[in-house]
Amino acid sequence: MLAKYRALREDHAAVSAAGRDPFGVAFDTVLSATEATLDGRRVLLLGTNNYLGLTFDRDCVAAAVAATEAEGTGTTGSRIANGSYGGHEALEKRLARFLRRRGAMVFSTGYQANLGTLAGLAGRGDHLLLDADSHASIYDGARLAGAQVTRFRHNDPDDLRRRLRVLSSQPGDKLVVVEGIYSMLGDTAPLREIAAVKREAGAWLLVDEAHSLGVLGAEGRGLAEAEGVEAEVDFVVGTFSKSLGAVGGFCASDLPDFDVLRIASRPYMFTASLPPSVVASVARGIDAMDARPELRARLAENGRALHAGLAAAGFALGAGPGPIVSLRMPDRETAIRFWNLLLAEGVYTNLAVGTATPGGKPLLRMSVSAALTAEQLAFAVAAIGRVGAALGARGDNDTAAAAVAAAE
Amino acid sequence: MADEQKTLRQVVEALGSVAKVPGPVTMGTHILHDLNLDSVAVMDLVMLLEERFDTVIPMDRLAEIETVGDLVRLLSRAGSGAAGG
Repeated sequence: MLAKYRALREDHAAVSAAGRDPFGVAFDTVLSATEATLDGRRVLLLGTNNYLGLTFDRDCVAAAVAATEAEGTGTTGSRIANGSYGGHEALEKRLARFLRRRGAMVFSTGYQANLGTLAGLAGRGDHLLLDADSHASIYDGARLAGAQVTRFRHNDPDDLRRRLRVLSSQPGDKLVVVEGIYSMLGDTAPLREIAAVKREAGAWLLVDEAHSLGVLGAEGRGLAEAEGVEAEVDFVVGTFSKSLGAVGGFCASDLPDFDVLRIASRPYMFTASLPPSVVASVARGIDAMDARPELRARLAENGRALHAGLAAAGFALGAGPGPIVSLRMPDRETAIRFWNLLLAEGVYTNLAVGTATPGGKPLLRMSVSAALTAEQLAFAVAAIGRVGAALGARGDNDTAAAAVAAAE
Repeated sequence: MADEQKTLRQVVEALGSVAKVPGPVTMGTHILHDLNLDSVAVMDLVMLLEERFDTVIPMDRLAEIETVGDLVRLLSRAGSGAAGG
């Protein structure tokens, strides 16, 4: 039964042979939004997507505890059966108000939000146009949808326009899917241009703001707000497991009939709903995201500091300053050694190898949090600098520039 | 047939620009096994061909493509327009 995974297993064994298994890290204890212990040693967490640092926010924790006491540990049912509580509906209203949308639907994970939204919106006879660097949940949602799927070149509005033109004679709705911030390199979509193409073609537009909610835009609504094109975005998808520090996902829209997805979208209907604790902490998280713009400012400042520190140390970086900072590695072996040595220095990052990365090139991926202090960032920059120097892998600037040019 | 030969030449040319091709390429060449392309390189190749042929190859059609010949026949059928229908 599992024989087909032989090559995958050998691949994984090779990745783990150089030290620790990068995909099997289990922290002993998590001390805060920025620190954990691993094998009894303190490590700085520099790859958590915990953008606003809300995982230990006192109000969020207190709300989760109170909700558990009052409503129990789980709902034991789906949203269309016994799993919808007042809290779920209140959270949807709160989220819609924050996003300035007519309605919002909550899913049990961010992954399911993409699955449920894409499968609910697009069916046989429709067309999905996905950015080539889309997250796995978008690709999987597209498969579940049964629509005809077309990939367009990453962040390339002209390629999207050409594809919509070729498809213009075919019937069916066309839904363009992009992400606010792409998780691997941290680059953003050229949303104004994409919105213009979408409008010309009479297509629909979905933006996954998983990494940009609470991060971009003056009020934290994401890239569409920052670019001033929210009116062109028909569907906003996002997650509670990054800036909001919990788990779950959502889709929001202004379409009046949007609610029909509640009885049409299988990933919404056939899974248990979020537990009361999560619903409560996410609602408080939205309050914090709304009331404390300084968290967003700190996050941006920390992103700039890490980017500037690494650039000054001579590293070639994947994208401009932002919450995600990725180092392109010359090859997989170097990437694995870099990741292990950095962990030995006390800094946890994400190792990205294989097809999840743009062009299949290995990356050392980091994400910052508003909760990181200047001292912690300086510690990280120094450690990364030492490892980079030891491995002679500060990113060959010419190679990296060529890779960026090739990707564009 | 003449069209297929012309398309084959264009595919071989595109192949050369996305990867180092180890030997002569024929209609029977298996894309993954014989050419040593990984899935990322295959997607790059497909995107380049879609552009050059001004067509769109939907992702579900890619599963049926194993040999260079499969790709050539799909592109020849497509001409200019969507290869999906």
